[in-house]
Amino acid sequence: MRYIEPHAHMVSRVTDDYRAMTTAGCAAVCEPAFWAGFDRSSAAGFYDYFCQLTEHEPRRAAKFGLPHYCWLCINPKEAEDVGLAREVVALIPKFLDRPTVLGIGEIGLNKNSRNELKVLEMHVDLAARLNQLVLVHTPHLEDKLKGTRLIIDVLRGDKRIRPERCVIDHVEEHTVGMVLDGGFWAGMTLYPETKCTSARAVDIIERHGMERLWLNSACDWGVSEPLAVPYAALEMRRRGHSPAAVERMTYENPLRFLSQCPKFTLPANA
Amino acid sequence: MNRQQLLDLYFLEARAKLIDIAAFLDRLDRAEGEADFRLAAFNEALGRLDRNDGRRAEEVLLALSDPTVEPALAATTKTACGAWARKS
Repeated sequence: MRYIEPHAHMVSRVTDDYRAMTTAGCAAVCEPAFWAGFDRSSAAGFYDYFCQLTEHEPRRAAKFGLPHYCWLCINPKEAEDVGLAREVVALIPKFLDRPTVLGIGEIGLNKNSRNELKVLEMHVDLAARLNQLVLVHTPHLEDKLKGTRLIIDVLRGDKRIRPERCVIDHVEEHTVGMVLDGGFWAGMTLYPETKCTSARAVDIIERHGMERLWLNSACDWGVSEPLAVPYAALEMRRRGHSPAAVERMTYENPLRFLSQCPKFTLPANA
Repeated sequence: MNRQQLLDLYFLEARAKLIDIAAFLDRLDRAEGEADFRLAAFNEALGRLDRNDGRRAEEVLLALSDPTVEPALAATTKTACGAWARKS
């Protein structure tokens, strides 16, 4: 099989994971900017992180012939400090012309606070002004329902934003409908305990169809599985879905969304 | 897939998870001290299983979710605990 991993935090993973993903058929990996597990102390820390995402990590992936793309932002977990966020958002335009940057992400909300909303609006404004794709993180667990509603309100409230150029990630059964109904793309994250299992993701596919839906692992520094997408593909096959359906969910759908950024290209043999 | 095929595929896994939940509740019963809002939310969510409209997973998630609409004044933590603490 071949697949695209549209959301993985590879800076937190070991090189063996690149080898395993490529062996499993990964044709490209996309890395949204993320929280490091601790708060960075200054905008300079983000500058270094953006260099890591746009220079070092593509080189590491290239050793396995794997194209590596990224998204830039200050993650909602660090968005309570609006002053710091403003400094970081000001850094982003300097990086947007780099050849592997796909857009703004993963922006969104974490605890649904007023300051997080202000920073989300800053990012949305930046994406709208510079015509960037948007990748949105929705909050965890009990905060997801409220956060998803607030995020959709912000995106709908900015008339420059086209829903088909935004993917709202980490949907579950109680949020997928509102995301798809709004015309957005929806990402299902295959993550132990806090998001979707493979079986539930296949349930969602069977109930909502495959239009504007993708699968990702969001593997990071926590307990997570960099091969979650091929494992979900296996679950689809176990449930009787055709190879063409698996290909659509794991390769064609992310390719369709990501190709809205002209920088996203795959090698001819992918 | 038909029901027989789905049972063949998932019954043992679901059975194991069901027993884990039962054992978790027994463990709580044996322990001393007060429970908190999480157990009440868990029991509320368990009650949502008693329906047959194909929306159990969604209803369980809703039972464990913050239903309010106003943004929080500030983020006082970065973590989520899995159940909403109803303000009394």
